[in-house]
Amino acid sequence: MLATSPNFPQNARRAMADASLQKAMARTRPMFPARRAAAVAALPEFEALRETGKQIKDHTLANLDFYLETFAANVERAGGQVHWCSDADEARAAVLKICQDAGARTVTKGKSMISEELGINKHLEAHGIAPVETDLGEYILQLRDEPPSHIIAPAFHLNREDWEASFRKAHTDLPADRVFHERRDILTEARTRLREKFLAADVGITGANFLIAETGSSVIVTNEGNGDLTQTLPRVHIALASIEKVVPTLEDCTSLLRLLARSATGQDFSVYTTFSTGPRRAADLDGPAEYHVVMLDNGRSAMIGTAFQDMLRCIRCAACLNHCPVYGTVGGHSYGWVYSGPMGSVLTPGLIGVDQAGHLPNASTFCGKCESVCPVKIPLPKMMRHWREREFERHLSPATTRAGLRLWGWFAQRPQAYRLLTRLMARTLGKLGRKKGRFSSLPFAASWTEGRDLPAPEGDTFFTRYAREQRAGRV
Amino acid sequence: MSKDAILGAIRRGLRRGPLPYDQDLALRVRLERHPRHPIPARSKVARPAQIALFQRNVEKEFGTVLRVADAAAVPAAVARYLAAQNLPSALAIAPHPELQAMPWGEHPLIALREGRAQASDAVSLQHGYAGIAETGTLMLPSAAERPTTLNILSETEIVVLRASRIVGAYEEAWDLLRAELAAPAGGMLPRNVMLVTGPSRSADIESVLELGAHGPRRLHIILIEDDPAALG
Ligand code: SF4
Repeated sequence: MLATSPNFPQNARRAMADASLQKAMARTRPMFPARRAAAVAALPEFEALRETGKQIKDHTLANLDFYLETFAANVERAGGQVHWCSDADEARAAVLKICQDAGARTVTKGKSMISEELGINKHLEAHGIAPVETDLGEYILQLRDEPPSHIIAPAFHLNREDWEASFRKAHTDLPADRVFHERRDILTEARTRLREKFLAADVGITGANFLIAETGSSVIVTNEGNGDLTQTLPRVHIALASIEKVVPTLEDCTSLLRLLARSATGQDFSVYTTFSTGPRRAADLDGPAEYHVVMLDNGRSAMIGTAFQDMLRCIRCAACLNHCPVYGTVGGHSYGWVYSGPMGSVLTPGLIGVDQAGHLPNASTFCGKCESVCPVKIPLPKMMRHWREREFERHLSPATTRAGLRLWGWFAQRPQAYRLLTRLMARTLGKLGRKKGRFSSLPFAASWTEGRDLPAPEGDTFFTRYAREQRAGRV
Repeated sequence: MSKDAILGAIRRGLRRGPLPYDQDLALRVRLERHPRHPIPARSKVARPAQIALFQRNVEKEFGTVLRVADAAAVPAAVARYLAAQNLPSALAIAPHPELQAMPWGEHPLIALREGRAQASDAVSLQHGYAGIAETGTLMLPSAAERPTTLNILSETEIVVLRASRIVGAYEEAWDLLRAELAAPAGGMLPRNVMLVTGPSRSADIESVLELGAHGPRRLHIILIEDDPAALG
């Protein structure tokens, strides 16, 4: 996928002026946090599980070579094949070859962010193979030739009118004056249309939420059931996965699954969580005859042992997007590549380069909400700061940003001075902003507040409040 | 080769070569033992409460549950459900011995076809391997007698589950699966293991939930009360 991340500021400005996008965002934005909060409140162990999830992922990453080799050996034992691919080119070639060997004319696809990373649809089309997205949200985006704007709700940015218009335009064999009375009618039309595609496809391509080393299984998590139709009906199943998706055992996977749906959609568990292990067995009445795992690196191994290794714990739940004030203002497309929100701001520079995606780590108010909801405790704000520092070192920042950062750096290294400064600032700003609770513009920070509101400090800094609460015995 | 390049890059990042023997062994032991992590307390309750929890969770996720006294009562329960929902009385049914042993002959109006599901099947009848109370989830491993297509192709899926097969947490279901199905196959899992929680749905259109996306629109579980300890 071609990145427009270098244009983030322009993208963001355009998004903020896009009435239809802002309408969609205003409707959808509050839903995810509320649903997650309810699911979390219903599971007293949730906080403890976050620590468990973090530890499982850290253990796996510290032994990633071992678990990947074990996974591959177990896939092969079950009669499947693993295709190791260093970059997107290799992975595209591997997928195309499997499809060509299968004599494929059409390919159905489940939702996969790796497939977006690869831009696999365009590649298959260029070689005469027709890919069909089957996740409802991905399907309409394919009709509209748009990238997803959210990692779990790809059509987050669309309104019902957009759905109806796109379906009318694409399904020209149906009466043009048909009426969509309710959302269900849109859904039913897609279901019928995609049924034919499922049955005709020669190859099914899915992503993988997890890979299990112990059993050589790939795991997909969906609500629609499209992933299961995709991986069950065609003769060949290809699972696209990246190296950090592996976990050691079924138990490890289970603990992460307890976190995933609650963090993502606020469900206790998604409707379909499916473990695939190799091709169909001799006595089976259904299932694919071939099972392939395309194992993609694409820059991830280079993050190991660096300040960005923790990002590889990510289980793509989208909680950080759903709670991010920046994402909620500018939408997913502004980020200009596959991944958006806080996780995209950290991951994208790692995968396509800070020269391409250097703006993204600035797309933060450092409110810390993302880290507080991340089910595997990824320190997202800290990592965005790391990228900013790198960008600073590369002298890519405009001079004023550099000067500001240098000044901040001076204070940050002198805790007493920093505390004094922030206390003064908090008091002053607190008085100024007491009425509204937010600033939409600030003196000396015009370029910063242009695209964001600064929450007004409550007249205290964290340090003074912490000290006071400590005295009161509250912490 | 890309495999070596990837593993090499990972090891460089970790600042080590391939794992030394003792560490490699320790990881193999961990795989062998597959230790459990803390399990939420919600499903650690007495049997009757566990089964009630399973049912509550299925219903919360828009599935339905009907309890029957024994296996012999299943065909009548199926017939009543089909009639009540206005569904055709032709079924694709899993060729499972437990289902085959039921008195279908007493309901000549129900037309059964054993085997995998076809796209034209409106209703499928599946054999439930296990139920997980924690979230009202069915475990449906693929097998010749439990085809995967029965779970996804029809508009209505009926699953017959024995109450004695309901466990509290996912981990307990994995233990059943490992002992009963994987161990006899040299440790290999069935090709496909589906964990199913309620009927198919989508919230892709304006974040509003609609049931019946690509999979079944209805999921109906017929629960056979074969567990004396569970009759509370
Ligand atoms: S960074 Fe954390 S919160 Fe964001 S998608 Fe990944 S796991 Fe979820």
